[in-house]
Amino acid sequence: MAKAPSRRRSTGEGGTLLDIRNLRIEAKIYPPGETPRKITIVDDVSLTLQRGKVLGLIGESGAGKSTIGLSSMGYGRGGVRITGGEVILNGRDIMKDGINGLRKLRGSEVCYVAQSAAAAFNPAHRLMDQVVEACLEHGTAKRAEAEKRAVALFKKLGLPDPENIGKRFPHQVSGGQLQRVMTAMALCSEPDLIVFDEPTTALDVTTQIDVLAAIKDAISDTGVAALYITHDLAVVAQVADEIMVLRHGKLVEWGDTRQIIKEPRQQYTNALVSVHHIDHREKKPGISTVLAVKNVTAAYGGGLIKVLKNVSVDIFPGQTLAVVGESGSGKSTLARAITGLLPPEQGSIEFAGKPLPRRLSERNKDELRQLQMIYQMADVAMNPRQTVGTIIGRPLEFYFGLRGKERDNRVAELLDKIEMGKGFIDRYPAELSGGQKQRVCIARALAAKPKLIICDEVTSALDPLVANGILKLLLELQAEEAVAYLFITHDLATVKSIADSIAVMYRGEVVRYGPKSQVLTPPFDAYTELLLSSVPEMEIGWLEKAIKTRRMESAGN
Amino acid sequence: MLDLKRIPLGAAIGLILTALFLFVAVFAPLISPYPMEQIVGDVWQPMSADYLLGTDNLGRDLLSRMIYGARTTIFIAAVATAISFILGSVLGFTAAVVGGWFDMLMSRFVDLLMAIPTLIFGLVVLSVLPTTVFTLIMVMGILDSTRVYRLSRAVAVDINVMDFVEAAKLRGEGTRWIIFREILPNALSPLISELGLRFIYAVLFLSALSFLGLGVQPPQADWGGMVKENKDGIVFGIPAALIPAAAIAALAISVNLVADWILNRTTDLKGGRGNG
Amino acid sequence: MLARSLIGFALMSSPIVKLIAQRIALGIMLLLAVSVLIFVGTQILPGDVAQSILGQSATPQALANLREELGLNDPAYVRYFRWLGGVLTGDLGTALSSRQDIASSLGGRLWNTLFLAFWAAILSIPLAITMGLVAVRYRNGVVDKAISGVALASTSLPEFFIGYLLIYFIAVKLQWLPSVSTVYDGMPFIDRMKAIALPALALTFVVFAHMMRMTRAAILNVMQSAYIETAELKGLRPIEIIRRHAFPNAIAPIINVVMLNLAFLVVGVVVVEVIFVYPGMGQYLVDHVSKRDVPVVQAVGLIFAAVYIGLNIIADIAGIIANPRLRHPK
Repeated sequence: MAKAPSRRRSTGEGGTLLDIRNLRIEAKIYPPGETPRKITIVDDVSLTLQRGKVLGLIGESGAGKSTIGLSSMGYGRGGVRITGGEVILNGRDIMKDGINGLRKLRGSEVCYVAQSAAAAFNPAHRLMDQVVEACLEHGTAKRAEAEKRAVALFKKLGLPDPENIGKRFPHQVSGGQLQRVMTAMALCSEPDLIVFDEPTTALDVTTQIDVLAAIKDAISDTGVAALYITHDLAVVAQVADEIMVLRHGKLVEWGDTRQIIKEPRQQYTNALVSVHHIDHREKKPGISTVLAVKNVTAAYGGGLIKVLKNVSVDIFPGQTLAVVGESGSGKSTLARAITGLLPPEQGSIEFAGKPLPRRLSERNKDELRQLQMIYQMADVAMNPRQTVGTIIGRPLEFYFGLRGKERDNRVAELLDKIEMGKGFIDRYPAELSGGQKQRVCIARALAAKPKLIICDEVTSALDPLVANGILKLLLELQAEEAVAYLFITHDLATVKSIADSIAVMYRGEVVRYGPKSQVLTPPFDAYTELLLSSVPEMEIGWLEKAIKTRRMESAGN
Repeated sequence: MLDLKRIPLGAAIGLILTALFLFVAVFAPLISPYPMEQIVGDVWQPMSADYLLGTDNLGRDLLSRMIYGARTTIFIAAVATAISFILGSVLGFTAAVVGGWFDMLMSRFVDLLMAIPTLIFGLVVLSVLPTTVFTLIMVMGILDSTRVYRLSRAVAVDINVMDFVEAAKLRGEGTRWIIFREILPNALSPLISELGLRFIYAVLFLSALSFLGLGVQPPQADWGGMVKENKDGIVFGIPAALIPAAAIAALAISVNLVADWILNRTTDLKGGRGNG
Repeated sequence: MLARSLIGFALMSSPIVKLIAQRIALGIMLLLAVSVLIFVGTQILPGDVAQSILGQSATPQALANLREELGLNDPAYVRYFRWLGGVLTGDLGTALSSRQDIASSLGGRLWNTLFLAFWAAILSIPLAITMGLVAVRYRNGVVDKAISGVALASTSLPEFFIGYLLIYFIAVKLQWLPSVSTVYDGMPFIDRMKAIALPALALTFVVFAHMMRMTRAAILNVMQSAYIETAELKGLRPIEIIRRHAFPNAIAPIINVVMLNLAFLVVGVVVVEVIFVYPGMGQYLVDHVSKRDVPVVQAVGLIFAAVYIGLNIIADIAGIIANPRLRHPK
C-alpha cells in the first residue's frame, strides 16, 4: 500500500544499516478462563534504515511500533515472538544467530532507551556502573576509558556536574536527567543503532524540549542511526529524517518527514497531522458568573504543604475556562477545592452568585447537582460492576427521582447525545473502548443537568484521534446545553481548541489569566513564554528555533 | 453465567469432593452403618466387609465415627468461619469507610492480636476457659476475624480511593450506598476466595486443638480427636489414625482448589459479567 | 580522613539507623502489649486457678489459703507488674502442678526446641529457595505447575498427617529411624540427630511449600521489573543478570519470606513435638494447658510470642537495610 520514500537524501557514510523484510510478530495471550490464542501484533512490515539516519515510527496505542523497534534487537516482550520475515543488521540476519549472537548484538551494535528511565535503571546500583556495564560486558572498552566516555556524554547531554553525577543512585536524580543518563548509557557503547522508545513522553512539556534537543544533538554529533518511537507527530518531526506511520500492526505510510507532515498521502496520516485543528471561536466574557473563585488558598497535611496560593478565577455561563499547568502546578487541587473534597483554608467560592459551602458534606443536593465532574481515567471513574444504564441512570434517579420507563427513555436520549445509541445500555464498562468509556462519563455528568462540568485531563489518556472526537463532542454539547466547563489540562494544543478564557498555573499560583486571545498574545510573562515555546509544533526546524530563542532570551536577561 | 465446561479439572475435583463431604456431614445419621459411640468389635480390627475402615482404639466402627466426625468438624469450622467473617468484614469495611479514630483503634488492636501466633494464643486462652463447643467456636471465630478484618479493610481502602467512589461521593450518595453499592460488589470476589481459605484454616486449627486434646472432647467424634485416639496404634503398624488425618487433608485440599480457582477467575476489577 | 568518612557514614546512614531504632522500639512496645494481653487472657477470664488446682471438692478454707499464698487477692494490675518484674529478672514463677521453678525446667526444653527448629530451618530454607528459583526459571512450564500443585496441596496438610505418615512408613514399616524422639543430657550428637531427623523432616514439610511459593512470587516480582529488561537489552549473560540485577533487589524480599516462615516454623513446633513426644517447649506448653497451669502457660506463651515478634522485626529490618533509597538518601 505504501512505498519507501522515492526521494532519498544522499547519505554521507552511506550504506544500509538495518533492513527489516516482511516482519510478522505474534503473541500468545492467555485470557482468563479461555483457551490461549495467538494474536498478530505486527503484520508484514518492511523498512530500511541508512547509517546515521533517524526513522520515526509513529502510531496510536496498539500500532505495534515498540514491538517493531525491539525486533531490531531480536527481542520480544512477554509472549511476543517474531514468526516471520527477516531482520538484517549490518548485512546479516540476526534471527539466525541464535540467542548468543543476539546477546552480542544487544548493548554493542544496538542499544535501547526506554520510556520510563526511572523504572529502567536498577535502584540498587550507581548510575556510572550501569552506564558502562554494556561496554565492559562486551569488552568494547576498559573501565577507565568507558567512564571517560560516559563523562563526556554526560557533558554533551547537558547534565549538571558531569564528573560526579555517575556516583549517584537513580532515585537521587530527576526524571528528565535520568532520561538523559539513559541516552548516555545507550551512546556509551558507541552502537550503530539506538532504539528510542517514547523517551520524552513521561516528561513535562518544558523538560521535554531540553531532553529532545539533547538527544538530537547527541545523535547528530555521534552519527548513530536511530529508530525513534512516539505517538506524537510533532515531536518526531523534530528529530526524524523519515517517518513511518503504523496502525494496528500494519504500515500505513512511509515517507520523508517533510512529505508526511506537509503532504500526507493517506487519509489516516492526514487525520493524525490535522488532529488539533478544531476551530473554536472565543466567546466574550459574560456579565454574571456561574463560578467565581476568590482568593482561594488550600493546603494538604494540616496546612503544611500549600498547594493553592490566592487563586482567583471566574467562569461564565456556557463558556470554557482552561486551567493549564505542568505536574505540581496545583491545577487538579483547584478542582478538589471547588468540589469541596479539599475545603479551602482561605477565600470563597461562589456558584451562580451564591456562596458555596466549603465542605462537600455541607452542600445540598441541588448545589451538588449543578456541579459535575469528569475524570482523566474513565476506566476507574465508573463502577466496573454497574451497567452503562445504571451508571447514567443513577443521577437521574438520585436528583430527579426518575424511575422505570421514564428513566430508561432519558438514558437512551443521553446515549444518543454522546453518539453511542441505546444498544449500549446493558454493557459493562470493561466492554467499551477508551473513547466510549469517556463518553459514558460525559453522559453521566450531563444527566444531572449541571451548570458547570469540571473536566480533569479528560483527554490525556486517549489516543489523539479519539481525544479529538471527545473534544468535538464536548463543544457540541456546550452549544446545545449551555453548560460551562472548567477544563484542566497540561496540553496547550487542547487549550487552544476548546477554551474561551485561560488560567496558567505554576506552583500553586495563577501566573496569567484572561480571555484566550489575550493570554496567547505577547507580551508574555516568563513562565507562560516558556510553556508556550515548549509545545512542539508540527514544523521542521521548530526545535532549533525554540532553543535558539530561549538561549537568546537567557543571554539577554 | 457460569460455564460448566470451562471449569478446570482441579477445580472440578475440588467442587465434587467438597460437595461429597458436605453431603456426608448433613446426612450423617442416615449414611453411617453404626451409631457413633457403639462398641461393635475388637480393638483396631483391620478393614473388612463389616467394618469398611476397621475399628478404632475402643472397638468402635471407624467409618461411622468418620462420618459423624465430618459433621462435627465441618459444623464447628463453618460456624467459626461465619463468625470470623461477619465480624471481620463488617468491622473492616466500616474502618475503611469511616476512617479516623475508629479505624486507628481497631487496626492497632488487630495488630496486637496478630502479633501472637493464633495457635499459641488459642492455647493460652483455652487454659482457663471451659472446653465446650461454644467456647471453641467463639475463640476460633474471634481470633480468625483479625485476618478477615485486615483483608476486607485493605480491599475496601483500595476501592474507596478509586474515582468511581469519589464520583458517588460528589453526587451526594450516603455511606450506605457507598458501602453496599460501590464497594461491596467489587470486594466480593477476593472475599469469597478468602472465605474458602479461612474455612480451611478453621478446619486445620480445630483439628490441631483436638489433636492436642484441647478441642472437641470425647466421646464426641471429630477428625482431629480421632487422630489422637488412634495415634498409639501407629507404632504397632495400625494405620487407623492416618484415616481421619487424610480426611482432613482431603477436605482442605478440595476447598483450597475451589478457592484458588475463584481467586484466579476474578483477580482484578475487570467487569460485571463475572468472566473477567 | 578516617574520622571524616566515619562521620559521613554515620550521617549517611542516619535515616536507616533511625528507622531500625523505631522498628525495634515498636517491637518492644508490642511485646509489652502482648504481655498484658496474655496476662489478661489468663487472669480475668472466668476460671479460678486455686479452684482448678484443688478441684471441685476443696474446702473454702483451703481455697482461701491457696489464694492468699498465690497472691490472687491482690488487684490485677499489681499481679501483672509483679509477674512482669519477675519475667524481666528471669524469674518466671513456679508451676502450680509440679511446684517446680519454671525457668529452670524451661532451660533444657528451650534448647531442645531451638535445636530442632534450627535443623528444620537448615533443611527447609535452601530447599525452598532453590525450588522457588527452579519454578521461576521454568515459569508456566510443567515443572512450575507441578511444584505449584504440590505446594498448594501441602499447605492444606495438617502437621500430624505428615508426622504420622513419616512414623508409619519410615519408623514402623522401614524401621530406619526411631518413632519417638527421646533425647537426654549428654546424648551423643549422632544419636541426637537421629532422634530429631523425623520431626525436623515433618517441620520442613510444614513450612517448605509456603516458603517456596513466597520465594517464587518475590523473585518473579523482581524479574518482571523494567531494569531486568534493560539488562537483557544490554546483552548481559543470564547469570550476570541474576547476579548483578535480580539478586541485590530480591535479597530483601527473600529474607522477609524466610523470617516469616521461621515464625510459622516456631508455631508448627508445638504440634510436631507432641507427635514425636519430643521434650521441647511445645509439649511443655500443651501439657500445662491441659493441667490449667496458668503460670507455665503465661511464661511459655510469652516466649513463643517474643520469638515470633523478633523474627518479624528482623524481616522488617532486612527490608529497611536492603532499600537503596533509604541507604542513600537524596
